[in-house]
Amino acid sequence: MTKIIDFQTDPSKYRHWRVEYDGDVANLFMDVDENGGLFEGYQLKLNSYDLGVDIELADIVQRMRFEHPEVKVVVMRSGKDRVFCAGANIRMLGGASHAHKVNFCKFTNETRNTYEAAEADSGQKYIAAVKGACAGGGYELALACNHIMLTDDSASSVALPEVPLLAVLPGTGGLTRVTDKRKVRRDLADIFCSTEEGVKGKRAKDWRLVDEVIPNSKFDDAVAQRAKEFAAASSKVAGPGITLGPLARSFHKSGAVSYSLVEVELDRPGRKATITLKGPDAAGPGSVTDLHARGDQSYLLRLARELDDAILHLRLNERELGLLVFRSQGDPEAVLAQERLLLENREDWLANEILAYWKRVLKRVDMTSRSMIALVEHGACFAGVLAELLWAVDRSYMMEDEFEGDNRPMASVTLSPANFGPFPMGNDLTRLQTRFLGTPEAVTALEGRTGAAMEASEAMEAGLVTFAYDDIDWEDEIRIFMEERASFSPDAMTGMEANLRFAGPETMETRIFGRLTAWQNWIFQRPNAVGAEGALQRYGTGLRGNYNMERV
Amino acid sequence: MLDLINVSYDTQIPNNVGLSSDKRVLKALEKWHPGYINWWNDLIPDNFQQSLVYLRTAVSVDPKGWAKFDYVKMPEYRWGILLAPQAEDRRIPCGEHAGQPAWQEVPGEYRNMLKRLIVIQGDTEPASVEQQRFLGLTAPSLYDLRNLFQVNVEEGRHLWAMVYLLHKYFGADGREEADDLLRRQSGSEEAPRMLGAFNEETPDWLSFFMFTYFTDRDGKMQLESLAQSGFDPLSRTCRFMLTEEAHHMFVGETGVGRVIERTCQVMKENGIDDPHDIDRIRALGVIDLPTIQKKLNLHYTLSLDLFGQEVSTNAANAFNAGIKGRYMEHRLDDDHKLQSATYMVWDLEDGKVVRKEVPALTAINMRLRDDYTRDASGGVGRWNKIIDKAGIQFQLVLPHESFNRAIGVFANGRFDPTGRRLGEAEYDAARAGWLPSKADGDFIQSLMKPQYEPGQFAGWIAPPKVGIDNKPGDYEYVKLHMA
Repeated sequence: MTKIIDFQTDPSKYRHWRVEYDGDVANLFMDVDENGGLFEGYQLKLNSYDLGVDIELADIVQRMRFEHPEVKVVVMRSGKDRVFCAGANIRMLGGASHAHKVNFCKFTNETRNTYEAAEADSGQKYIAAVKGACAGGGYELALACNHIMLTDDSASSVALPEVPLLAVLPGTGGLTRVTDKRKVRRDLADIFCSTEEGVKGKRAKDWRLVDEVIPNSKFDDAVAQRAKEFAAASSKVAGPGITLGPLARSFHKSGAVSYSLVEVELDRPGRKATITLKGPDAAGPGSVTDLHARGDQSYLLRLARELDDAILHLRLNERELGLLVFRSQGDPEAVLAQERLLLENREDWLANEILAYWKRVLKRVDMTSRSMIALVEHGACFAGVLAELLWAVDRSYMMEDEFEGDNRPMASVTLSPANFGPFPMGNDLTRLQTRFLGTPEAVTALEGRTGAAMEASEAMEAGLVTFAYDDIDWEDEIRIFMEERASFSPDAMTGMEANLRFAGPETMETRIFGRLTAWQNWIFQRPNAVGAEGALQRYGTGLRGNYNMERV
Repeated sequence: MLDLINVSYDTQIPNNVGLSSDKRVLKALEKWHPGYINWWNDLIPDNFQQSLVYLRTAVSVDPKGWAKFDYVKMPEYRWGILLAPQAEDRRIPCGEHAGQPAWQEVPGEYRNMLKRLIVIQGDTEPASVEQQRFLGLTAPSLYDLRNLFQVNVEEGRHLWAMVYLLHKYFGADGREEADDLLRRQSGSEEAPRMLGAFNEETPDWLSFFMFTYFTDRDGKMQLESLAQSGFDPLSRTCRFMLTEEAHHMFVGETGVGRVIERTCQVMKENGIDDPHDIDRIRALGVIDLPTIQKKLNLHYTLSLDLFGQEVSTNAANAFNAGIKGRYMEHRLDDDHKLQSATYMVWDLEDGKVVRKEVPALTAINMRLRDDYTRDASGGVGRWNKIIDKAGIQFQLVLPHESFNRAIGVFANGRFDPTGRRLGEAEYDAARAGWLPSKADGDFIQSLMKPQYEPGQFAGWIAPPKVGIDNKPGDYEYVKLHMA
């Protein structure tokens, strides 16, 4: 699986989903094209999905917010008879490299989190209307919805058959949402997660696996009714939407990618990619009206979209580049002005959506399993929301004093209210709270210093950057660090970074990306699942997995 | 010691499984029984419930005399639980456990798979009774009425057989599934039957005969493969069910044959040689041969769908686990494991119909379907002999497997009955020549008038060659209760 995967799509290209908009309710139909798999060698039968199907879903969820803000309830349902969704395609998983599986799961997890949060973030509530078999990743799709309705036709069921059937875990949040979100009792969860056929009817409700079980003949009406009720209960005021046009993006022969505000340069021998973010290239918008008028071209929205795409591209398509270097160049004050308009107008749906999108993009950075550093150079614009990147990365380096022949403005870091609330990490703390977990008073103190451009010595003293180097040391120190980093085992790096990044309390999200994902990725390496006689390889052949019965 | 040949009537439920000493299962079944009786009573029109029907009842599993005939009111029919005698030292016939002693208890690792197979099989049994519930009102003779009810009560008994297995071997889950077998209803919006073909109506008697010939034959093939199960109680159950199923095939084959015979006879009597002179033939009150061909096309292809996907993981798993074998597994000369064998299946490649070699394990469905097609073609040959004997130039044929399919590789394409790929418009234009149209249905429906006089037959069907249980032609097979 080496072909380039593009995360950009639009409704004219969808093969697997369709959306019917009906005022404040949208009906989202999953109707996977069997022959529309991203790769050769498998058919997407029974509404099973691969990364391509999920890329479309992510696009729909994103457009739902920006292009259809009038929507208050999204009903996710199947476009096929007798099956809601059979989950991730097993042959695809069986044929995929370990890295593809891991990245696939990560992206699908992020998409689930995104629509799960849509109710709280954007006033868009997702209902899963389950008719037919809803198994594995299919039930995980439903679990991430805010409300699950199951028909009682004595055949439709919800199930997590991964363990008994495939010797892997329901790793797209399944196990975690069963216990943490649905709060299913653990012994019942144990039965549910080890029973291939799952649970149907009243028991599914009794066990809290679904919110409602409805007689089949009344199902469609009940779903429509519930959608209407939820929509009526929402006080959201929004619309009309804006259009998310195609990104201005070009790929260069070298592998470099240029966007309007983001440059990605590759250093393959050094196994690193440098991501440079540019400051605002135009003044304004000066008002909310102006923000709306600019549509997808306003600075912070455009930057978020481009950065998001760049990260996804590097994750999936440039897996040898183990180090991501974040740079920025531009006017910090201009960044803060852009941000201020949004923060001061959060009641405006578009301002709110752009901020919520930044929250997701920053989380995507947090979750990226590459070594990441930030370079705060002269002329940098790490201010407010962009400064969050300094605490998302593993280390940061800042230029101190003047550099010979460099007449750019002195390197600085500027805090803003954006650093104290709107962009929590997966652990529900801000990046600063996480950074200063042992000294919460430091965060309080920093809150008093918003708006002031802090140069290297101040930023060092405040603990906002890792190192500050002057002209003499800068290049060498960074070179040595990068060379050293590039020599370490990527596995150990991934593991170490994932552990160090998320200090503090556990949330459902950290448990999904931590505990669940780590165990799943371990199982994905074990012969019992992926060996020649493992369950994933043998699935579909009729032969059972031949397990090594030793407990590890 | 348990008397395995003579059925014990010492409990409410006739059986040869020692039910009276198995209090737990007996209690479960007795609890299930009222629901079953309600289901039956709600289903069949009341005047038939009160009528005395000359039915055979399974009283033993002795091949020499397993049934006795007598008049009985259907709700009082003794639906028993009868398993073929246990074969000594029976071995698992196929899959990775081939050669090991057959299981007498459910192996834990295959519990769900077994339960699912039993539930699917069980679901089809009452479904056909539901599909045929109104046919009694238009029976062409008391002989046919009796055959209909015989088929119905035996499907009911087959339901009992599956319910017994669920109660006996699958604990609380099994009891729940047994209840759901009565909850689902053919064609119901609330809870339809599990397989598509069992939610279609059986609108007329020609459909009924075609159904019993083609669709019950699918049931026969499924029972044949379950009779090969390494789970011995399932094997024994299915082996005995096959004894009864043979009668259903007989009803179908002779039924269609008698319709053909009558049509040919009336054509000859009226000097019609051209089987396509449809208006004239229909005016004489019989069903023209081209329409019979259309009905055949429909029922054969719907039945092919019941075999599932050509390449199937579930079928492969079931075979490899040893819980479902192939048709006549014990007569096949191979290693019965098929881990490296291949089998030819149909596939569509770039829009072309091709034969392709795939791992034999994954092609278990296809193989059973091929056996089915061979099995089904026998009767078609005998029907053609009837036409031939009458000197009419017409041949009934089984359509190509690609025609009119809703499941499998051909589901998304359009094909004619010879297997030629067609465009959508081309297909739509010719469809009425291959499948029954509404007008065809209306015409057949117009012939469906009851004939309840002993020894009399509706004009569109010939009398049988011999009566049931060697009874004379005017035997009153059903003493109708006309309230």
